[in-house]
Amino acid sequence: MEDEDKYNVCTACSILCDDIEIETENNSITGVYTACRKGVSRIQTCNEPMPCTLDGKDTDVDTAISETANILKKSENPLIFGLGNSTEGAQKKAIELAKQLNANLDDTSSFCQGPVVEAILNGEINYTCTLDDVRNNADVIVYWGADPANSHPRHLSKYTYFPRGKYRQKGYDEDRTAIAIDVRESSTAEICGNNSYLIPPQKDEELIDALIDALSGKVPKVSFEMNKKRILELANILKKAKYGVIFAGLGLVYSLDNFEPIKRLMDKLNEVSNFYFNPMIGHYNMRGFNQNLFNETGYINRVKFKDSEVKHGYEYSVVELLKNKSVDSALIIGSDPMCSLPGSIARNLNKIPIITIDPCETLTSRKSRINIPSALSGVECGGSAIRMDGVRVNFEPMIETSKISDEEILRRVMEEL
Amino acid sequence: MANAMEIYQLLPKTNCKKCGKSTCMAFATALLSGELRLDDCPEILEDKYKQNYEKLSELVAPIENASETGMIIHEGKCTGCGNCVVACPVNVAEDPKGTGIGLAPKNDRVILKVVNGVVQKGNIHNCRRFGENKILCNACIETCPTKAIEFV
Ligand code: SF4
Ligand code: SF4
Ligand code: SF4
Repeated sequence: MEDEDKYNVCTACSILCDDIEIETENNSITGVYTACRKGVSRIQTCNEPMPCTLDGKDTDVDTAISETANILKKSENPLIFGLGNSTEGAQKKAIELAKQLNANLDDTSSFCQGPVVEAILNGEINYTCTLDDVRNNADVIVYWGADPANSHPRHLSKYTYFPRGKYRQKGYDEDRTAIAIDVRESSTAEICGNNSYLIPPQKDEELIDALIDALSGKVPKVSFEMNKKRILELANILKKAKYGVIFAGLGLVYSLDNFEPIKRLMDKLNEVSNFYFNPMIGHYNMRGFNQNLFNETGYINRVKFKDSEVKHGYEYSVVELLKNKSVDSALIIGSDPMCSLPGSIARNLNKIPIITIDPCETLTSRKSRINIPSALSGVECGGSAIRMDGVRVNFEPMIETSKISDEEILRRVMEEL
Repeated sequence: MANAMEIYQLLPKTNCKKCGKSTCMAFATALLSGELRLDDCPEILEDKYKQNYEKLSELVAPIENASETGMIIHEGKCTGCGNCVVACPVNVAEDPKGTGIGLAPKNDRVILKVVNGVVQKGNIHNCRRFGENKILCNACIETCPTKAIEFV
């Protein structure tokens, strides 16, 4: 592209839109072009920047960093958590730090898209494709338990349904079919119109098996109210797809005990037609964290380093660690567990010293012993991230800042140790 | 709001046909529907009709504005998703390498684009709903997840 340089990357969600233009005046952003509202609100930086504090009192970054090192040094079983909103550089540093400290390391994928990403990285699912492939080829797009119109606003317009693509030149109304399967009539379902299929909660597996039956020429059966004709109709669209894609949202992942049903469906679909599978990942670099940890340890989350050993399992998930009160300090990086974890579990965080590294104030930072403000990645500092489909995206800062990146903060903590 | 008779009374009433309509009354109706604009009548632009021209301008201003900006964007509802931007057939035709393939616009000929997280309209005269060969295009309305676009 002739003027690629003028474009910036939005880091407000894991589509990492790379066609954003900005206007600046005196190092502040005065105009944002092409980013959605969600993106603009991140790019315009925090409403409430986080102050640098120690025990609730203002302090300087140097003191905060050495105090952090002190706490971590004394800690016997520290937890490092977050990193979905950090650059790959910061993630790699955090992994190093966890090794050095014999710490537990986990991220939000532990209670969201983790199982799916794991299956992809393990090669258990090899039906994946990139978003660019979807734009160029896909004629049938299925959103299952996902509502990108809210979570990833430009998903449909930049990649899946609306844009023209190499082999999809005629426009969405002729060339593509978008389908929504969900427990509620979401905004995305509304766009899908007649191709929106409502199912009761927890019935995803039943529908999967009914679809497999229909695709095998058997009569589909479900225990809930859904017309056989509707199921056959859906199966028929899937069967006729030249290039189909299923985007799995949390709705689908949460309703399944394991990954088997999805594998069954993907296998069947690829017997009768041509189908791909992709998870709808939320935080802009959650996939990056999973991938970097996987490269290092063979696991995507829930690890505990012990000397040169790596332990892994449910017992090392943030939820279990806090429930069992087995950790004695927590370093939270770019995440807000007080807000995202169930109250009864999050409460246990209050009993241990918390150190928060974040650009913005959060519920967790208000309860933290130490707060170290970091540069907002993608806006105030550059780096790289892994898009939801596994593609690496590099980005430059949009404006300058005196704040240091979380990568640099972690590096300095390690220096102090 | 003006009616056709009021408008007709202020026109030259010569049925000159230069506007493409067979009578001044037909021109008055065309003005009302937004199909033609006051300046499409060459005679009314002559000096001797100056006063009438001014009165007529006032009368048709709301109509002409409505045909220019009959599109209403409810900014509070718009999420900036860009569906309308990418679906608009004019955007696709004018900007096949930008909005047509889902990317940022590559030129200024597009009708819709997203600025500061909200859709913004420009070149609205190119919209398929206006002009001589107008059609009832719904692309920007039906692709919007929040019903943020409306035409009046
Ligand atoms: S869709 Fe996501 S990455 Fe793209 S502009 Fe919106 S928030 Fe940013
Ligand atoms: S009505 Fe059609 S041509 Fe006009 S702005 Fe909407 S999509 Fe574009
Ligand atoms: S489709 Fe609706 S919400 Fe999306 S940019 Fe257009 S007006 Fe805004």
